[in-house]
Amino acid sequence: MTATTAEHHDHHDDHHHAPHGLKRWLFSTNHKDIGTLYLWFSFAMFLIGGLLALVIRAELMYPGMQVVDPEFFNQMTTVHGLVMVFGAIMPAFVGLANWMIPLMIGAPDMALPRMNNWSFWILPFAFTILISSVLMSAFGEGNPSAPNFGWTFYAPLSTTYGPASTDLFILSVHMMGISSIMGAINVVVTVFNLRAPGMTMMKMPLFVWTWLITAFLLVAVMPVLAGAVTMMLTDRHFGTSFFSAAGGGDPVLFQHIFWFFGHPEVYIMILPSFGVVSSIIPVFARKQLFGYASMVYATASIALLSFVVWAHHMFTVGMPLAGTLFFMYMTMLISVPTGVKVFNWMATMWRGSMTFELPMKWAIAFVILFTCGGLSGLMLAITPVDFQYHDTYFVVAHFHYVLVSGAVFSIMAAAYYWLPKWSGVMPNKILGELHFWSSLLSVNLLFFPMHFVGLAGMPRRYADYALQFADYNFWISIGAFWFGVSQLIFLVVAILCAMKKGEKAPANPWDAPEEDLEWTVPSPAPFHTFDTPPVIK
Amino acid sequence: MQSTLFRRVSAALSLLMFSGFAVASDWAERSDHNLRQGVTQVSQEVYDLHMIILWIVSAIGLAVFGLIMYSVFAHRRSKRPKAADFHEHVLLEVVWTIIPFFILIAMAIPATRVLINLDDTSASELTVKVTGYRWKWSYEYLSYKDDNDVGVFFFSNLKTPADQFNTPALEGGLFPYGTAAENYGKESPEKDYNYMLEADKALVVPSGVKVRFLVTADDVIHSFYVPDFGFKKDAIPGFVNEIWTNIPEGQEGTYYGQCAELCGKNHAFMPIEVKVVTQDEFATWLADEKEKAASGPDLTPFASLDDAMKLGEQKYAASCALCHGANGEGGIGPTFVGSEMATQAEHREDHIHVLVNGRNAMPSFKAQLTPKDIAAVITYERNAWGNNTGDLIQPADVAK
Repeated sequence: MTATTAEHHDHHDDHHHAPHGLKRWLFSTNHKDIGTLYLWFSFAMFLIGGLLALVIRAELMYPGMQVVDPEFFNQMTTVHGLVMVFGAIMPAFVGLANWMIPLMIGAPDMALPRMNNWSFWILPFAFTILISSVLMSAFGEGNPSAPNFGWTFYAPLSTTYGPASTDLFILSVHMMGISSIMGAINVVVTVFNLRAPGMTMMKMPLFVWTWLITAFLLVAVMPVLAGAVTMMLTDRHFGTSFFSAAGGGDPVLFQHIFWFFGHPEVYIMILPSFGVVSSIIPVFARKQLFGYASMVYATASIALLSFVVWAHHMFTVGMPLAGTLFFMYMTMLISVPTGVKVFNWMATMWRGSMTFELPMKWAIAFVILFTCGGLSGLMLAITPVDFQYHDTYFVVAHFHYVLVSGAVFSIMAAAYYWLPKWSGVMPNKILGELHFWSSLLSVNLLFFPMHFVGLAGMPRRYADYALQFADYNFWISIGAFWFGVSQLIFLVVAILCAMKKGEKAPANPWDAPEEDLEWTVPSPAPFHTFDTPPVIK
Repeated sequence: MQSTLFRRVSAALSLLMFSGFAVASDWAERSDHNLRQGVTQVSQEVYDLHMIILWIVSAIGLAVFGLIMYSVFAHRRSKRPKAADFHEHVLLEVVWTIIPFFILIAMAIPATRVLINLDDTSASELTVKVTGYRWKWSYEYLSYKDDNDVGVFFFSNLKTPADQFNTPALEGGLFPYGTAAENYGKESPEKDYNYMLEADKALVVPSGVKVRFLVTADDVIHSFYVPDFGFKKDAIPGFVNEIWTNIPEGQEGTYYGQCAELCGKNHAFMPIEVKVVTQDEFATWLADEKEKAASGPDLTPFASLDDAMKLGEQKYAASCALCHGANGEGGIGPTFVGSEMATQAEHREDHIHVLVNGRNAMPSFKAQLTPKDIAAVITYERNAWGNNTGDLIQPADVAK
């Protein structure tokens, strides 16, 4: 393995060194700084999105309308979903990709550093626009409504009947889309062009593989979303009738387009998680990842299948029988490659020599809780039963299991795993343990009872509900507040790391095998790494 | 040594699993929090499918979690300082790819059978057209047995009064239900047993007859969902979806459902109430409704302003308050308190016209309310909340 670049002196690059102040962040083309920006941004969005969720849970704690108006409630469910999906989870993974992909493949930086800067700096503006609509609704004169049609913004509720702020929403989604596409292109180009000599495709860490596949999904489907919101825009302002039945259009077309984006989007949010967990488990089991090749193939099959299952979100719209059957079978099929991944993680742990540091705890919790969400997903695939589950809290439980105790837990695992490399200090163990156990217990109190109220028939996006759902909703709300407060512990952990307070981290604090290139550079990782590419055996 | 440990643990795990199954199946039988079995043959089949898939995923889940937890305890570093070295096993990988396939096929066959049955709306004896509006349903009886021109049509609104769900806590545009100080210590109002579920006029269907519903919507997408009949179908403007049910004789009673597709502010406030009666009772009910429909609107004038106000107050609460506020203060729709429309004489005809024919986001009410109701509502709006115009609108004013 080559020496690292801490003592690197290249006169041409001197002016790039040690930029400071505001300019360092505004004009950054450094993958590590941009990664850091992404990660802080996504955490801020996670807290804002969480706050919106707590308004929802405060209203639903007891039956009856107590806290907010049903109109404002709908705005909360909408903006909570949008902020969490586009503001918290996706940018967090892009942040991880920015930081880790160059380090993992021995590249000096991302391939397109200026575009990298742009793709980040679009986001704060996009979300300022989106969130400004909520602020206007809460505090503005006359409380003009923020987007209130759910994060799935089904037409015609979002077109003919959408509030004026729908245009803010459309602009903001366009900007997020541009940012995501550029981020994805950057990952693809970096992985194809900047691998260190000897780093063949089948030697890449799984995190890189899953991100490469995710990036292709993003490039394929974000333009579809852009198309959907553009059609909304022209329906609203330029007299077209794509989605208006009165003008000869088709409201169901909207759902087909949206979910053709939306289902791959679901995998965009979970495939990088698979990569994170596949990187962490082998290190703490002290055993090579089981079935590396089948992991790669499984990821690719999940990605391909994601293009032919979109209509399982729409079983109740009245598709022809043949279409319904096709989408049911394809959806059931997805459980095969997903199962392979879970079995592989299990086999990696099997007869290993495991220790349970914080990243491993989060990773194991991910495997178990994500599997819970996956299994309820298989239940949802069975169409006749889905007619009962569809649009009830059972669905809410399902996708929060895969997105919160799935994607978010894996991001937490990644953060605890790589924080020593990012900051040079170990994350605080006591706070970390508290954060983990508190999150683990509260997330289940929060989302498990949703299965029960869903099966009993409580529809989702309800501002008020019948009395038989009252007891469970109370406990769900308690779980929600507990989970929300638990995340503030992580804020403290992250700030302590950023202030370099804590035990100093060695270059390879987790005893990772030397094939994992990111641990061969010092902690914290110097501003420039791998200016001379390492040679992979 | 290792094999004995393994045997013991696997015996313990399987024991745990089987006792878990026993407890769980007992729970599934008794609980209100499992999927509802419902009352029709289809809902029972759906419930059975649900239970099969629930057992399958529970078994898979227990096996996977059991193995992981076993591994966590038995394969930790303090027990096994040196990890094993394997990282591939082709046979194993093929096996755990193939076996799920067979499980899926076993699952897909009954699911397909039920789905084909659900899709078959032929040979129905009663056809009802269901239309979703923001935020109510209407039911139009199209044909029953040999009668292809039933012509019974009515709207169905939430019956729960607003003072039961507007439980005060906070105030402001954001917090519309009064200040915390004002409401501190106030009892929240008593809620009816069927809070949020009851409608002012129920959909009535006979038992023992295959009923076909034609489901559509007038504005945005809604979803017609009655859990006990095992169906949910989206109501989409411009589309007519079909769904059927057949409630067996002996299962007469009242069943509740709710709108299941986000349709705006009062999505949670448009319940579905279905009254299932015997075929004889249904025939009587239908004949009554037909007679009412045939006799034409009641145009007898109001004897006094108070009569009109009394009826108007009821109708306003049921049909107008969701948008215009319980006290006419406005909301989605404009306010009436002191407004030009509701107070000035020259707007009187226009006021009637808007209610009858609709304008912009305001829907037309001529199908939902009788001329007498409309006259009462206009009278109420022009005299309540300090408007005091003294106008008395008569049904005949509306009918012309």
